[in-house]
Amino acid sequence: MEYFAPTQASEATALLKKEGAYVLAGGTDLLVKLKSRMLKPNVVIDLKALPKIKAIEKTTSGWWIGAATPCAEITEHEELTKEWPGVCEALGLIGSTQIQGRASLGGNLCNASPAADSVPAVIAANTICVIATENGEREDLVENIVLSPGVTSLKPGEFILGFKLPRSQGRSGDSYLRLIPRTEMDIAVVGVGVSLSLDKAGNLETIRVCLGAVAPRQVLLPDLQKTCIGKQPSEELVQTLVELARKACSPINDKRGTVDYRTTVAGVLTKRAFKIALERAQAK
Amino acid sequence: MNDMTQTNLQKDLKIVGTRPLRPDGADKVTGRALFGADKSLPNMLVGRVLRSPHAHAKIISIDTKAAEALPGVKAVITSKDFQDLPSEFVPAGEMMVNFKDMTRNIMAREKVLYEGHTVAAVAAINDAIAEEAMALIKVEYELLPHVMDVEEAEKPNAPLLHDDMITIGVEPAPKKPSNVAKRVEFGFGDLDKGFKEADLIIEKKFSTQPVHQGYIEPHACLASVSEDGQGELWVTTQGPFVVRNFCSKILGMSTSQIRVTASEIGGGFGGKTVIYLEPLALALSRKACRPVKMVMSRQEVLMASGPTSGAKIWVKIGVKKDGRITAGDAVLKFQAGAFQGSPIGPGAMCAFAPYEMTNVRVVGYDIVVNRPKVAAYRAPGGPISEYAVESVMDEIAQKLNLDPLELRLKNAAKEGTQAPYGPKLGPIGMIETLEAAKAHPHYSAPLGPNQGRGVASGFWFNIGGETCTSININEDGTVGLTLGTPDIGGSRASMAMMAAEELGVPMSTIRPIIGDTSSLGFNFLTGGSRVTFSSGMAVVESVREIIVELRKRAAQLWDVSIEKVEWVSGHARLVGSENPKSLSLRELAEAAGKTGGPIVGGASINATGAGPSLATHIVDVEVDPETGRTTVLRYTAIQDAGKAIHPSYVEGQMQGGAVQGIGWALNEEYVYDDNGKLLNPGFLDYRVPVCSDVPMIDTVIVEVPNPKHPYGVRGVGETPIVPPLAAVSNAVSRATNIRFNELPLSPPRVLAAIESR
Amino acid sequence: MSKKHISTVINGDAMEFLASPEQSLLDILRDELELTGSKEGCGTGDCGACSIMLDGRLVCSCLVLGVEADGKNIDTIEGMGNGSDMHPLQKKFLEHAALQCGICTPGILIAAKALLEKKPDPTEEEVRYWLAGNLCRCTGYDKIVRAVLDTAADMRAA
Ligand SMILES: Cc1cc2nc3c(=O)[nH]c(=O)nc-3n(C[C@H](O)[C@H](O)[C@H](O)COP(=O)(O)OP(=O)(O)OC[C@H]3O[C@@H](n4cnc5c(N)ncnc54)[C@H](O)[C@@H]3O)c2cc1C
Ligand code: FES
Ligand code: FES
Repeated sequence: MEYFAPTQASEATALLKKEGAYVLAGGTDLLVKLKSRMLKPNVVIDLKALPKIKAIEKTTSGWWIGAATPCAEITEHEELTKEWPGVCEALGLIGSTQIQGRASLGGNLCNASPAADSVPAVIAANTICVIATENGEREDLVENIVLSPGVTSLKPGEFILGFKLPRSQGRSGDSYLRLIPRTEMDIAVVGVGVSLSLDKAGNLETIRVCLGAVAPRQVLLPDLQKTCIGKQPSEELVQTLVELARKACSPINDKRGTVDYRTTVAGVLTKRAFKIALERAQAK
Repeated sequence: MNDMTQTNLQKDLKIVGTRPLRPDGADKVTGRALFGADKSLPNMLVGRVLRSPHAHAKIISIDTKAAEALPGVKAVITSKDFQDLPSEFVPAGEMMVNFKDMTRNIMAREKVLYEGHTVAAVAAINDAIAEEAMALIKVEYELLPHVMDVEEAEKPNAPLLHDDMITIGVEPAPKKPSNVAKRVEFGFGDLDKGFKEADLIIEKKFSTQPVHQGYIEPHACLASVSEDGQGELWVTTQGPFVVRNFCSKILGMSTSQIRVTASEIGGGFGGKTVIYLEPLALALSRKACRPVKMVMSRQEVLMASGPTSGAKIWVKIGVKKDGRITAGDAVLKFQAGAFQGSPIGPGAMCAFAPYEMTNVRVVGYDIVVNRPKVAAYRAPGGPISEYAVESVMDEIAQKLNLDPLELRLKNAAKEGTQAPYGPKLGPIGMIETLEAAKAHPHYSAPLGPNQGRGVASGFWFNIGGETCTSININEDGTVGLTLGTPDIGGSRASMAMMAAEELGVPMSTIRPIIGDTSSLGFNFLTGGSRVTFSSGMAVVESVREIIVELRKRAAQLWDVSIEKVEWVSGHARLVGSENPKSLSLRELAEAAGKTGGPIVGGASINATGAGPSLATHIVDVEVDPETGRTTVLRYTAIQDAGKAIHPSYVEGQMQGGAVQGIGWALNEEYVYDDNGKLLNPGFLDYRVPVCSDVPMIDTVIVEVPNPKHPYGVRGVGETPIVPPLAAVSNAVSRATNIRFNELPLSPPRVLAAIESR
Repeated sequence: MSKKHISTVINGDAMEFLASPEQSLLDILRDELELTGSKEGCGTGDCGACSIMLDGRLVCSCLVLGVEADGKNIDTIEGMGNGSDMHPLQKKFLEHAALQCGICTPGILIAAKALLEKKPDPTEEEVRYWLAGNLCRCTGYDKIVRAVLDTAADMRAA
């Protein structure tokens, strides 16, 4: 195994074209796989020396979160946590304090686990990722990155530089909830991210709900436009959401949960996460 | 031995019962303490184990040539490097071991019997080469059907693990082999009559999962065998002497050829009373003539080292309307793992032991399955059988509308009660713990919606056993105390405290160390809650012996007879008030050269008279009715310690045991796939409780002295894991109004029950 | 696979070592530098026994590559005290009997110190969640949490 820590994105993309090359951010997934011999990379490219890859910046259009920024730095960012509490809570749920010191949003996404905690929240938040390619940069929606467990849509040589989170202004709110058997240190059995905004009358203006760990990849609930927009957030609407969420599940039985359990709980968490996001929006 | 008992029970104690700092404390908070994997030697090799990928298979051939030829590989071993041993049972703590099985468990011979079973081991100059070498070992297997569950394994057409296994304890002996290794039965009275007298009978089946001890330090050792056959072994173990004996038997070495030094031990809970890597490291080192270090990965620990049994249990209890038990009957089927030897005996013996029974029977079966061989785990067998009985007791209380503590008080075993396993009990603290529970504010605190309160009691025997200590009075009057039982949770402190109390000197003048196997006579292991009891007894006896010697030395200096010298507060005094002559320990030590040389002593005993310790736990939980998740809100553990030498470490045992029990009750379980392969061999999915999972664990120490110990000590280490399983299950049952009879109470299981209510 | 030359500052002292790219920082500390105070309970980030500070951040050293440590500041349990004066947490852990076997203790002390530096006045809940990545199988956590809270109170008063 060879180790590189390039300082230019172009160097990194070039190195990444080598056979058996992997990028390294916080290493909290990659090193576990190294240890268990699930992966035997020839080349490891440490991204952390690249410019802006560990930065959080407020821009005119939103927020820049460098792909390798450790979760701890993100959740310590007061203004960002105020604006996107759900996204930050999701990032704050990843692993332990120790894991938080290293784990990144880029790694959480590109590890391509359906159970990744931050992914439903950033998808719900309508986040865009900036991808380094051989010919510069390109952008894509986060929901287009994970294809199936362990597989992303990134092409050979590509990696993620960072994320563009929109500004969350007006009466908007977001939330993320997951179910784990313990209180910490478990992988989500189900996760739900909700992001919504209200118009002046308190009716739903936008809403995105994304489920984790209930399908081979994150599921963004379809058709919410029809069912929710312009409506009062009533118990009936919540019930509709719960049913839509359960219908969108196509989970598996595995060591962490059963099909029935995941489906039921996806509904429960959708209801609870919606209510939190709503309260946050209403409080603004 | 027992003549020295009781003498201190009434005395004013200066040190025993206080909370001094532990003598090994600074080492342990600074990273200086050396644990199993922390030691290295010059010219050391790395040893690694090749393990079976199959749950059950015949080994057709093993070809190690390519591995041996790899540069950097210094030794490869397989079962060919170990002699076969005949079937022979020897006691090991609360369990039995059989050398025929032991040699097969440390290195598979004819068959592999579980995933992770050792088939070969390699020593190489580094880890990478050792790993490469393992990949070059060719093992040809013939796959066999496997069986994981006791009820499947006992069926007549089940895959057979050992084709010579004839059930022991059945008359007449079965003609055909089976997976049922043993049947045991305990009890007395007339069950039919008892059940006829009952106004209410509850009969129920239960199941529990195997759980791992979960010590944070993986197994590790460092062996060095020299060209002349002398072996040294540094190892994390609860019993260095036991390791020495097991290894010498397996390797065909004499006892004196192996010197075992116990490292600091990072948790054991019974799991470090047996051997895994130790004989392999010694064999590799013998072959390579270089030191060999072996450390298990966490995956190996979970895959191949001892859990305790999973079980199927059937319990039937009959009671009168007032709650008085008329009869109790139980059948226990325990997983032994791949080789016989589950804790079925103790499990069966203590099932009904907290109660005064008139008609009782417990039948137990030890059943082999294709899982790692079980090892002792804190009160082996007790939590399992008592979980079932205590769950039924709670249901009885609910059905009869009785307070669950009152129901237990009505039936509580006490001094003179005939235990279901035979003997009459001495003084025990069942009633005292129940009364303390009733009086505790926790028991009457209000509960909110979806919350439930569970109580359960627990009984554990505790053991004594062979113990040997030595004591030296140093030249300046300070004291060296050598113990043979590894300090797994503060026992150096308790030993030094008892020695200081007896000798009448400050504890700081006593330096307790754990000796290696060449420095003392045989010591049985740290386990069975026996250390404070047995090593404590040996320490007290050593000190009393040395006091006689000190008086003799003083008598010599004063030229009087020994009867004229008494020992008071660390000084020799001349008897008679008008003569104020006195010699301190220091003065006597300094004069030792003139009075016959160094002042040394020691004691070797086979301690008997260990007293059962009883406990009652109270727990409040809240169950999320929509997700089935249980949160533990409040926990109180009450236990009879006999006498708490160092109350902080007694509380620590109670708290640690309670939390292990909470893990067992709520989330810990092994998940195997259809091929018998473990899917969760890591702490991410083998879910032991984390810090945020539990509340503070309140403790109440009750002291009903054990008359057989000089300070009244009972063992305290094991009992605390007995009540939590039922206490938690009872609490969840009361919170949801559903009687649960399966562990763990993981969210999916609880939600499924709620939804089908 | 050639080894890389790595320069670090460990517990205040400049230290250099050669690391092959596969080696974890924990392996380097334990096997190459003989700093065996950091323990390996799992090697996969689950137990926290290997906790260290890397440039002021609490991390699992089993999930850091040795080569990543180049130019970094590392603090381990061996550097926690100040000469013969132990850190208040170390003293409180002894006073409260917050350890039984002691294998988890170095990692927990490092993690607890990081907490108190960030949050001098944590609640019980904050302590419990902060330490959730440090498994202790012996104590049931009670005395650990009490020791941390008590240290925090003392340090604030000092
Ligand atoms: C004990 C423990 C607990 C955990 N708990 C959780 C949890 O609760 N929830 C959860 O979601 N996850 C959890 N994880 C998994 C892991 O911590 C997260 O997925 C984390 O976000 C990964 O980030 P990283 O920076 O460490 O990724 P790395 O390990 O560095 O990388 C992960 C993968 O993504 C690739 N990659 C990394 N960065 C990029 C990039 N910028 N562009 C392209 N590819 C990239 C890598 O090549 C690798 O394949 C846990 C892990 C451990 C060890
Ligand atoms: S050894 Fe690093 S977390 Fe367990
Ligand atoms: S004291 Fe043993 S694991 Fe914590």
